[in-house]
Amino acid sequence: MPKMTMVQALNLALRQEMEKDDRVVVLGEDVGVDGGVFRVTEGLIDCFGPDRVLDTPLAESAIVGMSIGMAVYGLRPVCEIQFSGFTYLNFHQIECHASRLRHRSQGRFTVPMVLRAPYGGGVRALEHHSESREAFFAHMPGLKMVIPSGPRNARALLVSAIRDPDPVIFFEPKAVYRAFREEVPEEEETLPIGQSAVAREGRHVTLITYGAMVRPTMEAAERLSREDGIEAEVVDLLTLAPLDDTLITASAKKTGRVVIVHEAPRSYGPGAEITARLVEKAFYFLEAPVRRVAGYDLIMPLFAREQAYLPNAGRIVRAVKETLEAAA
Amino acid sequence: MPRTPLNVDTPLEYLSILTEDGLVDRDLEPDVSQEFLLKLYRFMVLGRRFDEKMLQLQRQGRIGTFAPIKGQEASQLGAVAALEPRDWMVPCFRETAAQLWRGTAMESVLLYFGGYDEGGRIADDQRDLPVAIPVASQLLHAVGLAWAAKYRRTDEVAMTFFGDGATSEGDFHEALNFAAVYQTPTVFVCQNNQWAISIPRSKQTRSRTLAQKALAYELPGIQVDGNDVLAVYVAAKEAVERARAGGGPTLIECVTYRMAMHTTADDPSRYRSEEEVQEWARKDPIVRFEKYLTEKGLLNAAKIEEIASAADASIQEAVKRYEALTGTLGDPLQMFDHHFQELSATLREQKEELRRLLAAEKEEAPHA
Repeated sequence: MPKMTMVQALNLALRQEMEKDDRVVVLGEDVGVDGGVFRVTEGLIDCFGPDRVLDTPLAESAIVGMSIGMAVYGLRPVCEIQFSGFTYLNFHQIECHASRLRHRSQGRFTVPMVLRAPYGGGVRALEHHSESREAFFAHMPGLKMVIPSGPRNARALLVSAIRDPDPVIFFEPKAVYRAFREEVPEEEETLPIGQSAVAREGRHVTLITYGAMVRPTMEAAERLSREDGIEAEVVDLLTLAPLDDTLITASAKKTGRVVIVHEAPRSYGPGAEITARLVEKAFYFLEAPVRRVAGYDLIMPLFAREQAYLPNAGRIVRAVKETLEAAA
Repeated sequence: MPRTPLNVDTPLEYLSILTEDGLVDRDLEPDVSQEFLLKLYRFMVLGRRFDEKMLQLQRQGRIGTFAPIKGQEASQLGAVAALEPRDWMVPCFRETAAQLWRGTAMESVLLYFGGYDEGGRIADDQRDLPVAIPVASQLLHAVGLAWAAKYRRTDEVAMTFFGDGATSEGDFHEALNFAAVYQTPTVFVCQNNQWAISIPRSKQTRSRTLAQKALAYELPGIQVDGNDVLAVYVAAKEAVERARAGGGPTLIECVTYRMAMHTTADDPSRYRSEEEVQEWARKDPIVRFEKYLTEKGLLNAAKIEEIASAADASIQEAVKRYEALTGTLGDPLQMFDHHFQELSATLREQKEELRRLLAAEKEEAPHA
C-alpha cells in the first residue's frame, strides 16, 4: 500500500469519487488551477476540467448557497471553504438551508453536500486561521460533523461523506495535513459516519479525543505506558455529530476514569456534551471526576503563544495522573 | 492618457404595456392565447381572494402569521407564467399566487401557515423550492439549481423571487455575481413593493432603480411596471428564453406596491400614510387587466362574477380540506421525521423519551 499524507489521501478520495460519479463536483476559492491552498484538490481540474472543478469568486455564502442548489438538483457538490475561520460568512446558508431543506420540504428535497474546511492550530498561521469551532456545527440539528485524525481514516470518511444523503461538515486538522504518512489502500475504502473507534486499548483510564488532538493523546498514552505502567484506552470520535456514545460509555464503564482532549475552547465545547453523556450513561461507574484538557475560553493567541494555548502530551499525562490519583 | 471616458455599455429600459386605465400598447402587446390571458386573470383573482381569506383566517386564529400578497398579483403571476413545468421556481415568502400557479394546493399553504410542517411538502412533480424566510438567501439556491441544469445540458431555467429589501443583502450581490460569472440560466425577479417592513424604497438604496444593480455584474436588467401583468410577462418571457438559449441570467425589477401589511404581525399605519396606499390602489393590477380583457371581449360582468364565485368556491373547499387535515395531523412525534435519511441512535433515544413523556402527560391530564 502506498504511504500518503492526509492531503494526498483526501485528494485520492476526491479523485476516485469524481471518476466514479459524475454528480460529484468540487468548488471553492483557488481549488482549480492552484489546487487549493493546501493542495488537497491538486490536479483535479486537469482530470475533470473546469466544469467539475470550479474556481469560484471570493464569496463563502455563495459557495455554500450554490452548493445547496446543486445538491437539491441531484448533484453531490463538495465545496471547500479555505479555512474554517471563514465559514461564518456562510454560516446562515448552513443553519438556515443546508441543515433544514430536507425537513422544510418534508423529505422532497435533500442536500447531499460536503463542506470541507481545514481547522485547528499549530501551523503558525494568521488570525482566523487556527481556531477550532466545530461545536458550532455539531450543535446544529440537521447536520453531520466529521473530523478525521489521520490519512487513512480521512480518505475513508471523505468518501462516506460524499456518498452520504445528508449535509456533512468535514473539518480537516490542518496540523495533520503533512505531519505524517500512513498506508492508504488504492482500492476503495469507507468508514461509517457516526461511529467512533478505539485507537488504543487500555484498562486504567479512557482518553476521548478527535482530529489533531489524537496524536498528542496517543503520545501521552504511550508515555504513560512506558514510564508508569498506566494503560490508557484512547477513543477517536471521528464523527462529532451524531455523537456515537456507545464506545465511550463502554470504555468509561471499564476504566471508571475519563480525560477528554480537544483544542476547542473548554466551555460548551464538545467535551461538555461528552461529559454529559457519560454522566447520563455511566455515572455509577465513574471513580473520579471527568477531566477536560482543552483550549481556553479565549481568542486564540497569535502563533508566538499558540503552543502555550494548545493541549499537548505533557498536559494530557498530568491530567491522567491527577485523575488516577483522585479518590474513588 | 489620464481620465479618458470608459465605455461601459449600460442599456436599461422601463417597460409598460397596460396603462392604469387598461389601455394597451398595441406594438408591445404579447401574442398569447385567449385561454392564457383568462388563466392569468383567474389566478390573479384567486390569488387576491385567497389572500383575503387567509387574512380572515389569521384574524380568527385559524392560521398563524403570514405575508399577504395583495397588490403584487401581476408581479408574481406575470413572471411565473413564463416558466415551463420543468423549470425551477425559488420563492421567498410572499409568492402565494405564484405557488398556486405552479400547482401548490391551497390547503398546503394553509397547513404551512397554520403551523404544520407538512405544509412545506412540495408535490413530487413540482420543481418549486419551499418558502425561504431569510431575506435574499434563496437567490443562491436558484444559481446552484441553474448551474446544475446547465451542467446536465438541459434547457431548464431557475426563477427566483425577492423584494426590494433583499437587494441590500450580500447574498443578492453574490448571487448576481456568481450567476453572471457562470452564465447560469437564472431569472432574478425583484418584487419592488416599496417597503421592507417600515423602510421605504428610498432609504433602502441610493440607486435610482434596482434594475441598474444588474449592470455592475454585467447581466441584463430591466425595470417593469409590476402592476401590469402583460409587461411583467413580456419581460419574464424574454429573460426565460434568453436563459434557455444559453444567454445567461437577467434581473427584472417589478415596480409594485405592498397594499397590505408586511406580515399579519405588522401595523403599517405606524410608518406610511393612507394617502400613499390610496394612490397605489388606483394602479390596481387586477382592475386594469379586467378592463383590458373586457375591452378585448374576453370578460363581461357575468363572466367576472362567475370567475370570482368559482375562486371563492375552490377556496372554501380548500379551507374545509385544511381543517379536516388538521384533525388528522398533529402527531407530535412527526417532528422527528425528515431530519436525516436515517435517525441516529441519539435521535432515536430522544424520540423514545418524548414518546414516553407524552404518554405520561396524557395519563396525568385531567379527563375532559
